Amino acid sequence: MTDAINLLVGLALGANLLALGSSRLPSIIRAAAIQGIVLGVIPLLLKPEFHWLVALVSIGTIAIKGFVIPALLLRALRAANIAREEHPLLGFIPSLLIGASATVGAVILAGHLPLLPEHRGLLLVPGALATLVSGLVLLVGRTKAISQVCGYLILENGIYLFGLLLIRGTPLIVEAGILLDLTVAIFVIGIIVDRIQREFDSLDTGKLTSLHE
Amino acid sequence: MRNLLLHLIPLLLALLALIWPSDRTRPRLLPLAGILHSALTLWLLFQPPAPSPQSWLGFDPLTRAVVPAISLPFLICSFYGVAYLRLRQERPNRIFVASLLALLGLITLSLQSQHLGLLWVAMEGATLVTVPLLHFNGTARAFEATWKYLLVGGTGVALSLLGSFFLGYSAAGTASGGDLTFAALVENAHGLVKPWVLAAWVVLLTGYGTKMGLAPMHTWKPDAYGEAPGLIGAILAGGLTTVAFVALLRVRQIVDAAGFAHATTVTWMALGLFSMFVAGMFLLGTPDFKRMLAYSSVEHMGILSFGAALGPAGVAAALFHVWNNNLAKGALFLSAGNLRRTVTARTAPEVSGLLLLAPVSSRLLIIGMFAVTACPPFGPFFSELAIIRSAFEGGHALATALFLTFLLLAFLGMSRLVFAITDGRPRLSERHKASTALPPGGAGGRPAAPMDRQSPKGSKWPEQPGVILPPVIFLGCSLLLGLATPPALRQVWADAVTFLFGS
Amino acid sequence: MNPGFTNHFLLPLLRGVLQIAILLLLAPLLPGIVNRVKAWVAGRRGPPLLQLYYDLGRLWNKGIVLSTAASPGHLVGPAIAWVAILGSAMLLPLGPGDALWSFKGDALLFLYLLALARFCTASAALETGSAFEGMGAAREVSFAVLSESALITAILALAVQTGSLSLTGMLAPVPNPSAGLLAAGLFTVLLAENCRVPFDDPNTHLELTMIHEVMVLDHSGPPLAVILHGAALKLLVFALLLAQAVLPLNHLSLLPATGCLLAAMLVITLLVGFAESLLARFAFRRVPLLLTTAFLFCLFALLTAWKGVS
Repeated sequence: MTDAINLLVGLALGANLLALGSSRLPSIIRAAAIQGIVLGVIPLLLKPEFHWLVALVSIGTIAIKGFVIPALLLRALRAANIAREEHPLLGFIPSLLIGASATVGAVILAGHLPLLPEHRGLLLVPGALATLVSGLVLLVGRTKAISQVCGYLILENGIYLFGLLLIRGTPLIVEAGILLDLTVAIFVIGIIVDRIQREFDSLDTGKLTSLHE
Repeated sequence: MRNLLLHLIPLLLALLALIWPSDRTRPRLLPLAGILHSALTLWLLFQPPAPSPQSWLGFDPLTRAVVPAISLPFLICSFYGVAYLRLRQERPNRIFVASLLALLGLITLSLQSQHLGLLWVAMEGATLVTVPLLHFNGTARAFEATWKYLLVGGTGVALSLLGSFFLGYSAAGTASGGDLTFAALVENAHGLVKPWVLAAWVVLLTGYGTKMGLAPMHTWKPDAYGEAPGLIGAILAGGLTTVAFVALLRVRQIVDAAGFAHATTVTWMALGLFSMFVAGMFLLGTPDFKRMLAYSSVEHMGILSFGAALGPAGVAAALFHVWNNNLAKGALFLSAGNLRRTVTARTAPEVSGLLLLAPVSSRLLIIGMFAVTACPPFGPFFSELAIIRSAFEGGHALATALFLTFLLLAFLGMSRLVFAITDGRPRLSERHKASTALPPGGAGGRPAAPMDRQSPKGSKWPEQPGVILPPVIFLGCSLLLGLATPPALRQVWADAVTFLFGS
Repeated sequence: MNPGFTNHFLLPLLRGVLQIAILLLLAPLLPGIVNRVKAWVAGRRGPPLLQLYYDLGRLWNKGIVLSTAASPGHLVGPAIAWVAILGSAMLLPLGPGDALWSFKGDALLFLYLLALARFCTASAALETGSAFEGMGAAREVSFAVLSESALITAILALAVQTGSLSLTGMLAPVPNPSAGLLAAGLFTVLLAENCRVPFDDPNTHLELTMIHEVMVLDHSGPPLAVILHGAALKLLVFALLLAQAVLPLNHLSLLPATGCLLAAMLVITLLVGFAESLLARFAFRRVPLLLTTAFLFCLFALLTAWKGVS
């Protein structure tokens, strides 16, 4: 069971690097979607005996992170007629290297953290930390609104991964984390609504600069 | 039961607002909610319900000390809201009214939560319902501000969830593993896994600090407060930030009990002083009088943090300051909102002579500025004095000196800008002149027409009682709180301190 | 005859000669297979499988045209490069057969020999005094920085995984999850090091897009033959490295192991051919990204190996 979970976390880490290294918005969205689906499966493996709350977490996660939000994002991409190539503030290779070193660092760090005995062999904690950092890099280092939203999604996936450690004791608080997806949804709806309301030449947040000191 | 009603009433009224058919009568739901909420709060203030530490929701002494400081400004703002929305009939207000009511409900809910997860859910909800409020004006600048608010605030909320998970994980190995109520966490604090507790404090201080608007996580604040209607600024600066402050107080209680009292004091005090410094620097430079209010809010969050870091006496003073800040900010935001609507411009080079254009609102802004920069006899003076006294008693001489210096910076910055826009000859922005289409009067360098006391747009944004009285009442309350602090309130704050620190 | 002499000297010698002969003779077959695959995908008949052998024979009999600016280094460079590549090939085990040389730390020598070969080719290219060839050399060396770091990481991963410091020990892996990562990383390095398609196009003669070809434009006759044979040998070396880093061949007996190795070589060659037929050459600015990805694959293989050990 541990090996299967670790394999899934490894896949999620791969999705991080995919998102960090790809320059085309659809592939970033796809990476986030894959990650969402992969993360949705993990709770089922963590808790072998069936529990309806856990099943709910799993189904909700797969549906929202894997399908609803990526579909919304792709729709926004079409509706807003955005150029699909990203021109990042932080280059792809530096982003990739930061993501990779975060992964290595997280694995090393997790070896020194006081984890409960049943979580020792799992990659959940390093996976969570590395995903968090990758999300932050995307959030800070990209200019396109869509890739920032994907960064937020990945940041949130990292938090969700950490939350899975608590699923045994308090499944409800993990469930609550899905609320974060609501933020993402509002982000996306904001993009679409704003695009339809007014003609915005490109969704380049680099152009959102009229407010500054 | 009564304490459930306290957040259920606004939430139900929010639903009602969503289905209410008429744009004209819908805003009247705001005062209705304000009156019901205040009445209930008053009842709970003087007859608090019996404590029930096991439940997820409650009305503990800390809630009791803070909820009225939110309920009262909301009540005053709700009347302003009716007048404001009547003057702005060009914008649909269904979502606005519903979101505002939901915001009140969620703020109250998060103040009442006794559970780490529930607190976070309420905060997240409050963050989300704020979005349509910020976007009310529907301009490109409003969209930009909303976007930044979502991006920074969303990250802050996400981090606070992570911090909650850390804290939850630190408790996972203890006897009452899954119980994440604050009471249980404090009780089992010695059993918590120490590194996770410290990590939780750092992440939660960042996360909830973002919601509070502590520097350097304050970047959403000037944009959001600058672009939102003044009414929303008053409720955000007085409501949402208070919630985050209370959340940090609760978390700090756990972290202190786990043996990190020194670390929390140092970090929170440093962050508070840094916020005051950053705010002071920006106040000295900004030309925009609505963004000025945002930086003033950052400064006051710094003051609250500084006070709260000082231990029991400081926390009592900080709770006092929460009240003062919320009331003074209300006066400032509402009068600044009036001025903004009068002149349609917001920066010092574009605007001057407001005393002639909008005499009452300008005077209110000046008085409010003196109140918020802690000039006697207004409330903030007394609460800041109390904070300074407790800092001296705690032996933080250097920190107190910095604190006073930064207060002075803020005072210089604010008074500079406020007098720059109110004093002098009336001058309006080019855009505004064009829109009023006045005949070009004297071409020889003389300003065109608006020399008389009648604003050219007087018909569009009249200084009618509906928008003037609320800031006056705010100032009156602030004055009252300063000159004659009700002993009952002092007792309430003392109870809250006893609740947090033990007797 | 003294049986000790036979056992300790003659047999190893015979085996060594045989092994070198296999390496040298087999190498030019690989580019032939790649070209046949490309022709098949494109629907052409393509050159004969043994085309490179004919080319090598033809070039060997030709004369040499030398640039007036060239020093003897122009001729010596390809020769040293060829010897270095052959040396690195001798460090690799051949499935069931051990490497010809093997000692503790020979993996370092392997890396250095490959680097030496690259240095000699590049410096021989510079000898002609043509700015054009200098450009090719610059490209070759700058991409090598990235591909070498990936290769070194892959070797480290193998060392951590098997706990051995010699290639013979390293290339006897136990089946493990990092093999997939290592395969992806090493295959990308193989494509980059041998100037195959996403990085460079061996068929192109458009000066702006060439890397390896541009370095050897001024070589002719026997030195060019040596270079071509060296390139084929290098492809063989990397294919051998890739196959044996991933497949646990040492657990099989002689015949199946040989069969598996040959099949793996064939599969790798076919993959190269398909990659070359189906992919477009990357723009130069995208090449570092791809090589960084290869590096990360090897890095994660290292991480997996390390976590697996501890």
